[in-house]
Amino acid sequence: MANLITVEHLSRYYGKHCAVNDVTFTLAQGEILGFLGPNGAGKTTTMQMLCGNLAPSSGQIKINGFDLQDQPKLAKRSLGYLPDTPPLYKDLSVQEFLHYCAQLHGVAKNSIAGAINNVQERCGLTGVSHRLIANLSKGYQQRVGIAQAILHNPDVIILDEPTVGLDPLQIREIGALIRELGQDHGVILSTHRLSEVQESCTHVQIINQGQLILKESIEDLNLRMNTGSLQITTRLPPDTAVLLAIPGVSAIETLTGNQIIIRHSMTDDPTRRIAETIIAAGWELQELAPVKKSMEDIFIALTRSNDL
Amino acid sequence: MSMILTIASREFKSLFLSPLAWTVLAVLQYILAYLFLTQVETFTLLQPKLAAIEGAPGLTDIVVTPLYGNAGLILLLVTPLLTMRLICEERRNKTLSLLLSAPISNVDIILGKYFGLLGLLLLAVLLITLMPLSLLAGGELDVGKVAANLLALVLLVTAFTATGLFMSTIAGHPTVAAMGTFGILLLLWILDWTSGMQDQRSELLVYLSILRHFQNIQSGLISTVDIGYFLLFTATFILLSIRSLDNERLQK
Repeated sequence: MANLITVEHLSRYYGKHCAVNDVTFTLAQGEILGFLGPNGAGKTTTMQMLCGNLAPSSGQIKINGFDLQDQPKLAKRSLGYLPDTPPLYKDLSVQEFLHYCAQLHGVAKNSIAGAINNVQERCGLTGVSHRLIANLSKGYQQRVGIAQAILHNPDVIILDEPTVGLDPLQIREIGALIRELGQDHGVILSTHRLSEVQESCTHVQIINQGQLILKESIEDLNLRMNTGSLQITTRLPPDTAVLLAIPGVSAIETLTGNQIIIRHSMTDDPTRRIAETIIAAGWELQELAPVKKSMEDIFIALTRSNDL
Repeated sequence: MSMILTIASREFKSLFLSPLAWTVLAVLQYILAYLFLTQVETFTLLQPKLAAIEGAPGLTDIVVTPLYGNAGLILLLVTPLLTMRLICEERRNKTLSLLLSAPISNVDIILGKYFGLLGLLLLAVLLITLMPLSLLAGGELDVGKVAANLLALVLLVTAFTATGLFMSTIAGHPTVAAMGTFGILLLLWILDWTSGMQDQRSELLVYLSILRHFQNIQSGLISTVDIGYFLLFTATFILLSIRSLDNERLQK
């Protein structure tokens, strides 16, 4: 399948500060790529570069085969973008605003009305279509922002934190909308809500301090999450240094004196060796259970290990 | 081209969504009408005396030329207030990314914004022109001279708008843009005041002065030097605006 987005060695500096450092990835049709990272990791910068709002310091971005630098108009034709703050003209009504957006994106005159109706239905805006955007609630404004991004039926949809300010029901609706969009488009979405990524995305990508530290499909990630760590309870407090020396153990967290969590790699499962070591040392093993990790844990583990 | 028109018409319509455009048009019309009537009054008082003088200034010189001169000065105060929001406010409200990520070039954005606002100012000029035209009902006008005045004011307004647009592109806050525009325009307006002093006369300052070129055209002496000045002035600031919008993507 052809790649909708190809990003190669993308870097961006703000003065001397490096916000995005040598990022390379691709997005294919039918993929929903969740973009995760702590605040200031470079998510928004990367997205702004993808949408041509920022010029990269180095590297190349191709959208649908068109280089964003050399042929910006052609590249942007297949792009729908919702920035972190939805770009709304508050003194227009929803209908007027969407009409303007359709014109800007070069939607043919005779299909504008149809496109607007379609998108209003999809985003649940039909009831408010004649109200001024300024008078809408934050949730509705966010929906108008999403509507604006998908209005012209672009191949690539880039959503920067699309569910901020929405209530749980709306989040679920938008999640369903994103999954639906992902079937015949390529979607990139950034978010802080990891459960959202787990629910709607097919791929996940974690960025920290400007560097891509993980790019996996959700299935692989789930596999990794199920058995990535062990919770161990012993009667006597164990010597963590000895346990850390066991091959395959990557980190140890002490919960209480005799309760610890061991993180280990999946390729070399050290569970048996850990159990043997604890018994041999006489710490009296009471409990040893694999912890089903949520994405939060993966996220925290990955971003923290990168700090050290 | 169609994109320029799309952005321009949106900008023009948006101006009328707030009371700003209406207020500006009303205030301009009111003040200039007052000045116009004063001028007409003066003419009726002087008319008997003027009739006796050979080659005396006529109705057009006494009423129309001062009217356009005053209009130019008032527009110098008003234009910065209108142009300050053009790009600056888009950037502050984060709506600029809507334009930047759409398949349109920066040239389209700048020219669209420019012509949108210019539309309002040309409308104001048109309304002002109705005043001297009303004199045709009861008097005779030097139509050529009225046309020259109209041309002068139109050229003046294109230059003012371009300056304001540029300041709005580089400024971080609308009031800064307004103040900057006002500063540049007023400076260029008063630049040739030193030329009255013979020993301090500078050809460069005289050339740069907006007022000098404006008055030349007003007087009916339409030369390529003066028209070229305004076209060059406008083009320079529009090009600078496009460049600075390009810069927006490079560094923030």
